[in-house]
Amino acid sequence: MTTRREITHNGLWNSNVALVQLLGLCPLLAVTSTVINGLGLGIATLITLVLSNSMVSLIRGFVRNEVRLPVFVLIIASVVTIVELTIKALFYDLYLVLGIFIPLIVTNCAIIGRAEGFASRNAVGPAALDGLMMGLGFLIALLILGGLREIIGFGTLFAHAELMFGDDAKSLMIEIHPDYPGFLLAVLPPGAFFGLALLIIVKNWLDLRRPAPQPQPLEAAADSA
Amino acid sequence: MTSPHIAPGNSLKRLMTHVIIALIPGTLAYAWHFGPGVLINITLAILFALMFEALALKMRSRAVMPHLTDFSAVVAAWLFALCLPMHSPWWLVLVGIGFTMIAGKHVYGGLGFNPFNPAMVGYVVLLISFPREMTTWYLPGSVSGEALTLADALAYSFGGADIHQWDALSSATPLDQLKTAVGQHMAISEIRLSPVFGNYGGKGWEWVSLGWFVGGLWLLATRTIRWHIPVALLGGVLAMALVFYLADAERYASPLFHLLSGAVIIGAFFIATDPVTAATTERGRIVYGLLIGFLIYVIRVWGGYPDGIAFAVLLANMCVPFIDYYTQPRIYGEK
Repeated sequence: MTTRREITHNGLWNSNVALVQLLGLCPLLAVTSTVINGLGLGIATLITLVLSNSMVSLIRGFVRNEVRLPVFVLIIASVVTIVELTIKALFYDLYLVLGIFIPLIVTNCAIIGRAEGFASRNAVGPAALDGLMMGLGFLIALLILGGLREIIGFGTLFAHAELMFGDDAKSLMIEIHPDYPGFLLAVLPPGAFFGLALLIIVKNWLDLRRPAPQPQPLEAAADSA
Repeated sequence: MTSPHIAPGNSLKRLMTHVIIALIPGTLAYAWHFGPGVLINITLAILFALMFEALALKMRSRAVMPHLTDFSAVVAAWLFALCLPMHSPWWLVLVGIGFTMIAGKHVYGGLGFNPFNPAMVGYVVLLISFPREMTTWYLPGSVSGEALTLADALAYSFGGADIHQWDALSSATPLDQLKTAVGQHMAISEIRLSPVFGNYGGKGWEWVSLGWFVGGLWLLATRTIRWHIPVALLGGVLAMALVFYLADAERYASPLFHLLSGAVIIGAFFIATDPVTAATTERGRIVYGLLIGFLIYVIRVWGGYPDGIAFAVLLANMCVPFIDYYTQPRIYGEK
């Protein structure tokens, strides 16, 4: 039985969807040209993950093993449709920017992966928490990658915030330097791969620097025996 | 000493020194026709390249000095600098060299392990990232009538120049002009009346190409490079150009124009022959050279860019493992 602490740690760091499992790369690479786009898609994915994980966990006792995958896909597709319609209703401009990538959340392997790997074997509480943490891990990766690409590519941060937060949020935009020429590569698809690779490098480097868990001192144990 | 004991006297350093010597005539011709900006680019590129090389070696815990003094970074930086427009801001050189040395070379494990020509990686990154800076070329002094001094060029590189004075001197390259004009359905004979064209290729450019050719022949004579790649590459361009020139001389420029404009000669002798990223079997080298020549012509005539050496070389680099696999020489006694 996995504890809450482990679920949280797995979702945010150890089995981070984007940086360790490398799942959902298509939306990850395609929409992270700005922070706001990343935030929009990240939140949509997060909500989908929490809802689909909870529902899969609720019905796990009734679904026969042979048909579980089609059933999971149906549930995920319904949830994504709800999320898509909600975004269309509330943030129409953002919906236009994210476009096809919202319905494509259905095909994000991370979601069916969590349904199959975790939600179908655990109670509703842990399953929802797992969805939340996996989604948060993905969201954070999207935000960092989006920020990196936006700063390098356009020299701005939080541009087009009005898409999500209304016209008052226009002032959120930070411009690094008015004469910054822009580094197009970061915005183009190769920049997404470079950016993701950099994030993975940083994560692995941090993991390597962290001291390994101390093993029990064997000699002391041997002495006392 | 008898035969098995004669040391070949070849080393990486010697090879690279040969390439540097062979680059000198073309570089001098370039500086003569287009002003001293290219020399600044080369100097900056070499300085930055040594800096990045030292940094990368240090980070990878490798010996720094032996690698810095094998001159491979100098050659890569020199070739990269020759691809840039003759007057470029210093940060453009810095970014390009950074990609050349780090993303082109050291992430794969350093010299000898990189699948792509590092100088071309750096150049292509700049080309797709900074279209404005990378397409601002200048006329040769003989056309613009202005001789640029070293001080002018330095001022441009480090951002102290009067942009309006420079704007008057900037111009599309001959290949670019040709491409644009052909796109507007002008006839080649009409286009060639523009003062940027010389007798065979672009004015000034034909002399620069001749300089590369002289250096390339010397590389062949000293057996620093083998003949297969240059001959196949030039043959590829010539064959394509000849077929279309004979079919319609008013729409397709002459084979000689294609050879003497842009970067075909330097590409054939200096860029495509990079021993790390080129094909290694003899038949493979011919296939590799022909492929690049074919791609150069395709990109120039039907592609989105006026010249295509860098893309052609990178695309051919990708095919190298495949080419080498299918062109293994037959072992004596085997079928």
